Amino acid sequence: MFQFWTYRRYDDSSEPNRQWQIKEWARVVSDQIPEAGAKQVKQLDRVIIRFAGDSGDGMQLTGDRFTQESAAFGNDLVTLPNFPAEIRAPQGTLPGVSSFQVHFADHDILTAGDAPDVLVAMNPAALKANLGDLPKGAAIIVDTHDFTARNLTKAGYAANPLDSLGDAGSALGEFAVHPLDLTGMTVEAVKEFGLSRKDAARAKNMFALGLLSWMYGRPTETTIDFLKKRFAKVEDIRDANITAFKAGWNFGETTETFVVQYEVKPAPMSPGTYRNISGNLALAYGLVAGSVQSGLDILLGTYPITPASDILHELSKHKSFGITTFQAEDEIAGVGAAIGAAFAGKLGITSTSGPGIALKSEAIGLAVMTELPLIVIDVQRGGPSTGLPTKTEQADLLQAMFGRNGEAPVPIVAPQSPGDCFDAAVEAIRIAVTYRTPVMLLSDGYLANGSEPWRIPDLANLPAIDPNFATEYNHGEGKDAEFWPYLRDEETLARPWAIPGTAGLEHRIGGLEKGDGHGNISYDPANHDLMVRTRQAKIDGIAESLPPLEVDDPSGRAKVLVIGWGSTYGPIGAGCRRVRKAGHQVAQVHLRHLNPFPKDLGEILGRYDKVLVPEMNLGQLSLLLRGKYLVDAVGYNQVRGLPLKAADLAEAIGALVAEAEGIDPEQVQADLTSTPAEEV
Amino acid sequence: MSIDTTSELGMPQLRTGVEGVPTFDGPQTGKDYTSDQEVRWCPGCGDYAVLKAVQSFLPQLGLRRENIVFVSGIGCSSRFPYYLDTYGMHSIHGRAPSIATGIAAAREDLSVWVVTGDGDALSIGGNHLIHALRRNVNMTILLFNNRIYGLTKGQYSPTSETGKVTKSTPMGSLDHPFNPVSLALGAEASFVARTIDSDRKHLTAVLSAAAAHRGTSLVEIYQNCPIFNDGAFDAIKDNDTKADAIIPLVHGEPILFGAEGERCLVRDTESGGVKVALVADVGADAVLVHDAHNPDPTMAFAISRLTELGYLKQSPIGIFRQVERPTYDDQARAQIAQAQEAATGEPAERLAALIGGGDTWTVA
Repeated sequence: MFQFWTYRRYDDSSEPNRQWQIKEWARVVSDQIPEAGAKQVKQLDRVIIRFAGDSGDGMQLTGDRFTQESAAFGNDLVTLPNFPAEIRAPQGTLPGVSSFQVHFADHDILTAGDAPDVLVAMNPAALKANLGDLPKGAAIIVDTHDFTARNLTKAGYAANPLDSLGDAGSALGEFAVHPLDLTGMTVEAVKEFGLSRKDAARAKNMFALGLLSWMYGRPTETTIDFLKKRFAKVEDIRDANITAFKAGWNFGETTETFVVQYEVKPAPMSPGTYRNISGNLALAYGLVAGSVQSGLDILLGTYPITPASDILHELSKHKSFGITTFQAEDEIAGVGAAIGAAFAGKLGITSTSGPGIALKSEAIGLAVMTELPLIVIDVQRGGPSTGLPTKTEQADLLQAMFGRNGEAPVPIVAPQSPGDCFDAAVEAIRIAVTYRTPVMLLSDGYLANGSEPWRIPDLANLPAIDPNFATEYNHGEGKDAEFWPYLRDEETLARPWAIPGTAGLEHRIGGLEKGDGHGNISYDPANHDLMVRTRQAKIDGIAESLPPLEVDDPSGRAKVLVIGWGSTYGPIGAGCRRVRKAGHQVAQVHLRHLNPFPKDLGEILGRYDKVLVPEMNLGQLSLLLRGKYLVDAVGYNQVRGLPLKAADLAEAIGALVAEAEGIDPEQVQADLTSTPAEEV
Repeated sequence: MSIDTTSELGMPQLRTGVEGVPTFDGPQTGKDYTSDQEVRWCPGCGDYAVLKAVQSFLPQLGLRRENIVFVSGIGCSSRFPYYLDTYGMHSIHGRAPSIATGIAAAREDLSVWVVTGDGDALSIGGNHLIHALRRNVNMTILLFNNRIYGLTKGQYSPTSETGKVTKSTPMGSLDHPFNPVSLALGAEASFVARTIDSDRKHLTAVLSAAAAHRGTSLVEIYQNCPIFNDGAFDAIKDNDTKADAIIPLVHGEPILFGAEGERCLVRDTESGGVKVALVADVGADAVLVHDAHNPDPTMAFAISRLTELGYLKQSPIGIFRQVERPTYDDQARAQIAQAQEAATGEPAERLAALIGGGDTWTVA
């Protein structure tokens, strides 16, 4: 609990649009401050909050802290950061708006939520940019401080929408709007630290966080500890932020603007120790885990690119694990160094996004030909070309699958949630090392920056990964004994990995076609045909090592199967839950392995009358499924740079269920509409 | 046998480029470094001479053969690794320096060599070359410069003289050529040398100094292509002309050339660079003394500008620059060692601590 907070009178009345605020403030200070907990507490099972502001307003940090508080409190949660590619887009403009959405609940949830219940808007642009996503009745907490004529114009408002609050036909009429001078109150609260007005105002995000933390009864210790550490070297800034945070809390507790405090109880979770984790962090940890499991030191050869750079940042901190991070001159040199390291017997990794994969394609082909273990991480973003650097998309599947010259099969592994990036990374390393092949690890921007509670895994459960370096001759006897670099393991078809420094096994590899077994250059037509087929057979054979798919078909009577891959797992799962809750049957299966497909996939697809394939692309998995299994896959495709919405998916699933079961589609939609959405 | 680091070229004893690479005490010959693959360059190709020189030079290094790695890109010269019985990779066009960087950074116990050509290193791979040089990764880059594209059958290269008539430039090429030595010096390479395929003794001495140098050594080797650019280097090879055409660079020696040593290099006060003069005109005291160890690459660059850009009538040959500078890979290893010294516990324990860090909570 906080100490009692003493407010000073807010006396900056220079701007007319703050007049109302002064009145509010005066009332707060003149009233008796109520006892903590004196306000009404209302129970909720889930809340979606979106913090939005200018990209310099610290909204990502605010959202992240609120998330950490909620995680520490024990809610289940999913987050969706959304920010512009420009580091500091022109202040106050629509393109400069940065937001962070957090969905927290007292039960297991799968998505960051379709529509926010609460919007915190720090300026006119943030209000305008996010208004369209709000459902009727949503609460809006808006910082009025920046609602100046200039900023209103920048955001494209002809008139201040706050002026017409309460009028008939107000643009904000459908919402519960709380206009507050957050900035002014922050400046006032931190006055004692003697900061410049600009620096003082910067703490407004902590004031907002404090207010929201009060409103939802979040524990505050983690944030205060965080601020102490973050600003340890600048005492006045540290104290100002902590003070602003506490002032925000106390404002909530004392003001009459908010009469209700909400409570979202902890979610039941399986026993274990948890932490909140983002996809990029989990992925980096998974790489370290794969390194420890295999005993192979990592060399990450990479070039900074959004949204993958955090993997480089993270690994560069962990040199004590023998990790070398090489920030190369370009994408090609990054993968080149990783291939060199792989030849030298290390775990070669390269990390990038779609444009980087395009540049690395030739080198990945070299790794296919030389059959060296290599991890290629593609944190997908909106494309083509530079596309939408900070937005999410799944449109690199076919690039991962086919984006090389020649027949160059590459296994593809995709994580389905932020925490799952850890396991997917370990799996990619298992495949790469076991089968001596480059492996594509397809994450995306939503997974990379989104976060969720993650049960810290027991390392004893990770797979053993054996580099199994070649040390001896493998062909011929006695005097004729020699080393053949392309003589394969019968079971895996993997070639031996003989690393420099191994006496007697000196050999040359390269991009030219290899003779079967001996590995010398070969232009023989029959040999080329054999080698092309063998490389394909090796990758296809990975399916033998994959577990059966888990089909979620609770009733066993579903006629419609929804199949997805990657980060759509959450929205698809939520959409399926909604359909089931509305009384209809649907089955769900999610693919971790996109190449090769699991062995039982064909049989599973055959069990259902209709197959729906939701993707954040124009139907890339659909194309692969149709091509391989001759299944009449129905696509559900959106490429908006944002995760799919559960409600939209439920509608699409419902329509297909109606068709498959011969029910009136309008009835199914009515069932969905009448079903409360809180389950997702 | 160990590498001769105080070679006749007058190089001092630095921390050697092969320090950390296991040595081999038994006898080695060129045959030990010859693979069973049939050499398939055109008859008369300068690559044969370089291959022979390298095969007979490698035993002098006294290293374990399995700890030597040759990496190449694409082009005629890039077939080189197939003919050496060491570890090798014939990679993709222009990328050999990046692959070699990965190898060198991964393993201190390997002697890493790159074989490349004027197209591979200066056209498609120009970026990787300059960045390897500025980083100073411990490796030796042999840049075979025949001033033409051979493998694609005779288009002009980035070192071809302007106006060159080739299959792709029937009215003459328009490109201004690169001077590989100037380029390397501009990238602040720590070791830059030039030698000639046909001068086995000089070639071997330069290779020896390059291998001994810790850091990226760039050795430009003038190499004749008898098919598409025959005679490109005749002026510096022909007995009648070579005394005037070759400007020999030996550290600590006055730069004199010509049949009687009558020509020399002097400072050009007008341009701020270096020019050719007659000793008789300028006097012996004015003759420039070559200082390969000068930390400032300006003079070396000025000397490199005396390379004829058109038909090669004049070219400085020898070691332009050799300075000591920490290598990228040594420093990367030092950072890892420092981090490892500070860490306690087995990797698995530290991993558990890492992933279990941050704000955690426990559900019973």
